[in-house]
Amino acid sequence: MATLIKERRIVADNWRLLKRGPAGELPEIPQSGDTIVPLALWLKHREDFPAYPGKIGLWLDANEGPEAVSGDLSRFQLIAVNFPKFGDGRAYSIARLLRERYGYKGELRAIGDVLHDHLYFMAQCGFDAFALREDQDLQEALAVFDDFSDGYQTSALRPEPLFRRRLAAGKP
Amino acid sequence: MYLYDEIDQKLVDERVVQFRDQTRRFLAGKLSDDEFRALRLRNGLYIQRYAPMLRIAIPYGLLSTKQLRKLAHIARTYDRGYGHFSTRQNLQLNWPKLEEVPDILAELATVQMHAIQTSGNSFRNITTDHFAGVAQDEIVDSFAWCEVIRQWSTFHPEFSYLPRKFKFAVNGAKSDRAAVEVHDIGLHAVKDASGEVGFRVLVGGGLGRTPMIGFVIREFLPWRHLLTYLEAILRVYNRYGRRDNIHKARIKILVKERGPEKFRKEVDAEWTHLKDGPSTLVAEELARIESRFTRPSYASLPATDARLEAALASDRAFASWHARNVFPHKRPGYAAVTLSLKKTGVPPGDVTAEQMDRVADLADLYSFGELRVSHEQNLIFADVQQSDLHALWREIKALGFATPNLGLLTNIICCPGGDFCSLANAKSIPVAEAIQQRFDDLDYLHDIGELDLNISGCMNACGHHHVGHIGILGVDKNGEEWYQIQIGGNQGKVRPGVTASLGKVIGPSFARAEVPDVIERLIDCYLERRDSDAERFIDVVHRVGVEPFKEFVYGNTDQRAAHRRGQLAAA
Repeated sequence: MATLIKERRIVADNWRLLKRGPAGELPEIPQSGDTIVPLALWLKHREDFPAYPGKIGLWLDANEGPEAVSGDLSRFQLIAVNFPKFGDGRAYSIARLLRERYGYKGELRAIGDVLHDHLYFMAQCGFDAFALREDQDLQEALAVFDDFSDGYQTSALRPEPLFRRRLAAGKP
Repeated sequence: MYLYDEIDQKLVDERVVQFRDQTRRFLAGKLSDDEFRALRLRNGLYIQRYAPMLRIAIPYGLLSTKQLRKLAHIARTYDRGYGHFSTRQNLQLNWPKLEEVPDILAELATVQMHAIQTSGNSFRNITTDHFAGVAQDEIVDSFAWCEVIRQWSTFHPEFSYLPRKFKFAVNGAKSDRAAVEVHDIGLHAVKDASGEVGFRVLVGGGLGRTPMIGFVIREFLPWRHLLTYLEAILRVYNRYGRRDNIHKARIKILVKERGPEKFRKEVDAEWTHLKDGPSTLVAEELARIESRFTRPSYASLPATDARLEAALASDRAFASWHARNVFPHKRPGYAAVTLSLKKTGVPPGDVTAEQMDRVADLADLYSFGELRVSHEQNLIFADVQQSDLHALWREIKALGFATPNLGLLTNIICCPGGDFCSLANAKSIPVAEAIQQRFDDLDYLHDIGELDLNISGCMNACGHHHVGHIGILGVDKNGEEWYQIQIGGNQGKVRPGVTASLGKVIGPSFARAEVPDVIERLIDCYLERRDSDAERFIDVVHRVGVEPFKEFVYGNTDQRAAHRRGQLAAA
C-alpha cells in the first residue's frame, strides 16, 4: 500500500486518486471507496455525491482555485492540490487561500512532483499531507520540517509576521 | 549597516546547513541535475562556461569593511583572487569549487552575509540609490525600506517558486538613481501634502528580451500598506503569470497581456482581503529596523573646507576628478566619493583581493568603515570629510580607482559576457576595453560630456544595454559574434523631467573590430549637432531622433548597400 507523510509521520494511504482519461476525459464515479475526484467531476455531479458511500476528496490542479468550490469545502475530507512540476509554485497560493481565506480545516495534501526539498514551504502554506514522488526517501524527508526555526512572513502556520511577534516579546 | 538580530542570524545559519545537506545529497546522486539546479540557483550557484559561478548577495549594495575583508579572504582562499561587482550590486566569484560552496556560505554567515536568492525564480537582491542616506535631494533613507522588503522577501513560503525571477528597486530621493522604471516592481518614495511617507508603485518594467517601462499601478501607497500590497501583486502574478514559456514569464508580460487597468483591478480585488491584515506595517517596526542600522557619527563641520579649496585650485588632475567623481552630501563638510572600477584594461567591476583589503583599510580610515556598491559597478565611500578628499584621492589613484570618468563614456556598464558566461552570445569585456582605449584622451572625454554606454553579451541584458545612451548588444549570427548598436536609452530621472526610455537599434550589426569606429561616428554626429556643451548626447538623440545618427554611421543608401555586401563577404 502507498505511504505518505501526514502530520509529520509516515502513514498508509487509503485514498484513491481518480484520474482523468488519457485524452483528459472525466472518469466515471466509482461504486465505493474513499476517492479524490477532479474539480470538473465534482462540479458536474455535486448534487449526486451525498449518496456516495465513501469519503470524498477534491483534486485541484495548479491552474484551478478554491473560488469555484468555496461553498462546498465542508463536504470534503481531503483536498489534494497538484504540483505538475516541483518548480511550479501556484499550489502554494492555492493552499494559503484554502486555509487562510476560506477556512478549510481538513487534510490538505500535496500531490504530483512533490520532493523532499520543497516540503518546508508547502507545510508553511498549509499542506499537512505529502504524497511524495515515488523515488523520494520518506524517512529522510521527515527532517526537513525543522530546516528553519522561524520565518519573517505570515503563513498558514504563523498567522502573525515575525515583526509583530518580536514586538510582542519586547525584543528591540 | 543593518546589524542582524539573533533570528536574522539563525535563519542564515540554518540556510547553510540546509544547502550543505542538499550538496551532499547531490554529490551522492540522490538529486538529479535538474532538481539540484533549482536549489543551487537560489543559493547563487551557477554552472558556468568554464567553472561554477557564485553570486554573493550584497543587500542594497551596502557593505562593511569587515564584510569586504571576508570577501577578499574568500576570493583568495576559494577562488583565483578576484571578484566581479555586478549591476545588481552583488559580487560574483568565477572559479569556486562546487563542493566548497557550503564552506564559502558558512564563512559568509560569520559576517552576516549569504548568497540567498541571488538567482532562480524568486525575489532577487533589492537594489537602491547608492547615495541613499547622504543625498541632498533625499525624501527618505531608502535603506530601511530595502531592509523591510529584504526580510519580507527572504524565504517567502508562498512566493519562492515564482514563474520567473523578480527584481525590486527602491528609490528614496527626488532623482531616480535606482532605475525604478525598469524593474518588476519599482518603488519611488514620496510624501503627501501632510508629510506622510508613501510609495509611487510601478510594476511590469524590465530589460531583457522584451524591454518595458513599468506602469504606475498606484500613485501613492501609504507606507503601512507596503507589504500587504506587495503580497497582493505577487499573489496575482504567482497564480496567473505564464509558466509555459520562460521568455513570457516575467510579470511585465502578464501586465501587458491583461492590460494595466485589468491587472490593477485584479490586484485591488486581492488586496481588499489582505489590506489592514497582520502584515500591515507599524511605526515601531520601522523604528526597530532603523535603530539596527549603524550610523556615522558626523562631526560638526563648516560647509566649505579651506584645504580642499586650495588643493582644487593648485592640482588640476585632482580638480578634474573632484568635478566628476565627488557627489555633494547632505551634511555640511562631507562628500560622497565614487571609486571608479572602470580603468581601461581592467574588466568593468573587477577587483582583486588585495584591492578589496586596501579599499577596506581606506574605508575604515575615511568613511566610517562602510561602503556601497553601485549598480553602475563602482564603489562608493559615502561619508568622507571634505578635508580628506585630496589625501583619499592620492590613495585611490595608486590603486587605479581614480579614473575621473563617472558619468562619461568610459564609465561602461558591462556584463561578464562570453569570456565567462554560458548564456552569452558574444564577448563584452574586449569591446569595453577597445572603446576605452579609443576614448583615452581625458580632455576629449570631458568635452563629450555625460554619456552612459552599456554593453550586454546577450539579450538577457545584464549590462543594461537598453537604458544606455549608447547600448551595445552582442548577437550571434551563424556562430559568429556581431554587435547591434542602439541609442536613446536612459535609465531614469537622473535629471528632473527626463523619464526612462529604451534605446532604438540604429541598423544592421557590426563586427567587433568595427565597434569603436561606430561609437566614434556617433560621437562625431552628436558633437556636430549639439547646441551647446550643456546639451548632452542623449538630449540630442531625443531632439533630432535616430535618423541623422543612422545616416552618419551607415552613410546614404549606396554606402549602406556596400556595407552590407562587405558584411556578407566577411561572413
